[in-house]
Amino acid sequence: MTQTRNMLLNVGPSHPAMHGVIRMILELDGEKIKDVDIEMGYLHRAFEKMCETVMYAQCFPYTDRLNYVSPLINNVGFAMTVEKLLGIEVPTRAQYIRVLMSEISRVTDHLTCVGASAMELGAMSVFLYMIKAREYLWELVEEITGARLTISYVRIGGVKADLTPTFDENAFDKIAEVRKVLIEADELLTRNRIFFDRMKNTGKLTAQQAIDYGVTGPFLRCTGVNYDVRKANPYLVYDKLDFEVPVGSTGDNLDRYFVRMAEMEQSLRIIEQCLAQIPDGPVVAELTGEVMTAADMVDHAKMGETEALVEDEVLLDPTLQGSTKKYYEGISADKKSVVLPAKENTYGNIEGLMNHFKLVMYGHGIKPPVGEVYTAVEGANGELGFYIVSDGRDNPWRVRVHPPCFPIMAVLPICLKGDLMADLVPTFGSVNMIAGELDR
Amino acid sequence: MTPLERVQQQFANGIIETHAFRGDETVLIRPACLRSVANFLKDSPELDFNFLMDLTAVDYLFFAGGRVQKEHRFELVVHFYSSTHNHRLRLKVPVDEKNPEVDTLSDIWSSANWYEREVWDMFGIKFKGHPNLKRILMYEEFQGHALRKDYPFDKRQPLIGPAN
Repeated sequence: MTQTRNMLLNVGPSHPAMHGVIRMILELDGEKIKDVDIEMGYLHRAFEKMCETVMYAQCFPYTDRLNYVSPLINNVGFAMTVEKLLGIEVPTRAQYIRVLMSEISRVTDHLTCVGASAMELGAMSVFLYMIKAREYLWELVEEITGARLTISYVRIGGVKADLTPTFDENAFDKIAEVRKVLIEADELLTRNRIFFDRMKNTGKLTAQQAIDYGVTGPFLRCTGVNYDVRKANPYLVYDKLDFEVPVGSTGDNLDRYFVRMAEMEQSLRIIEQCLAQIPDGPVVAELTGEVMTAADMVDHAKMGETEALVEDEVLLDPTLQGSTKKYYEGISADKKSVVLPAKENTYGNIEGLMNHFKLVMYGHGIKPPVGEVYTAVEGANGELGFYIVSDGRDNPWRVRVHPPCFPIMAVLPICLKGDLMADLVPTFGSVNMIAGELDR
Repeated sequence: MTPLERVQQQFANGIIETHAFRGDETVLIRPACLRSVANFLKDSPELDFNFLMDLTAVDYLFFAGGRVQKEHRFELVVHFYSSTHNHRLRLKVPVDEKNPEVDTLSDIWSSANWYEREVWDMFGIKFKGHPNLKRILMYEEFQGHALRKDYPFDKRQPLIGPAN
């Protein structure tokens, strides 16, 4: 009598289909997947531990590196949590800018996900088109934040810089380009026999299983559950914007693809509405004096020539661009114990300099009251939550991130069981696993 | 009636303290009634917490520079969400330093399975009845639990090469 045994197959940690580093141990019966064991943690960089050792404002660069395809949403989530802890309000214009930036990030995230999963199924050109579209959006992000990926743009109490005067025009151009790419990708994929057959009825998940595992985001919505943090608990200005939440029905890979494609269109609509609704940039201070470099301004101030400096504007290098008095104070909360002063004040007068140092020196900084808060924002993959415990000192006692990928990876074995080995590729692609936020 | 009031009404004896700081309803319960409270949260139709959103722990050793002395060193923190009623609740359970063990919630909500593994990995809190309690982010040979406050943030444990 012949004896048959299941085969164990190791996939990853370094494998082209494993976005980032993760290891899966598959138990195969022929080509059928019987069981999956997931091993993660290869990109663990102790985010939560490191946040306990630095001041609140210094956590932002770490949050950039959680979900590195949509870092702005992480920034917004962290800033909102600390603001809730402090109990402060952010000016409306800054709220619109945050929504604008979050939605741009959501589109870039979905473009990466759909493009990469299409590429893994052989549709290389779609990937290149989508990365081209992502590039347009990153140019927008770069115009405002000065960086493409590790942006650290949001501040507690506001944002770093106001929108540039040319932003509206550029944004409309870029949105039109992205729409063209989406239509093109839709034509290339949706009626593509190979793509369709490999996505349809693979990686299936029921609504009950998804809820049981705490799955959120497109992965939950494709099963027919209408839960989106932006609608359920509207934050920032989402309640003033008109958008729909696309919901699937079958919970397979194809529905996930449709949900993501529809969500991108909705995000583009939100961006357009934000640009139309955003209140005009407040000119906080009419500066009629000369424009000088930071070093010159500091020299003048040291010599005591401070009277003329009130009217002068400082010329900053690109990383600090937008932090000048003219617009900055209109997009930051009016709270000196939280928000850094405009750069003219830091360089030009002693009060501003003291304020600046009181916020950046160890042992001073932002000191929220003792307490604990949890805030959720809708990340590109689902509910992105931050739980912060404060002990009243300038560094957080505990920072916990609820990464949206984590429950999805926990439910992945259920999606894979019973499918063929080749279905692992589209199913895992549709998870959009970001190792940065999964392993932290 | 808010979820917090409903829990207070049902488990008057099991509750240690409650607060709603910045609108986040929080209830600290005795470890013995964790599972009965959890079952009630999930099964009672007026609460219907179908999502266990997040489960983590906090180490209160030397809290606020040692000025505040907590009776128990750890607290297990669970965030619940109900998609039918759109409300949230935070449930906390004190955990002792000498015997860090609480009941598992992984058979009530499957999402707790991996979260509890992470809490075991990072804090060394055991979960009674967990089906597969092993490390998740760190490797099995790792010594200690990294998010405990007495674990130095710059400590190194090289796997390859001479031991430090």
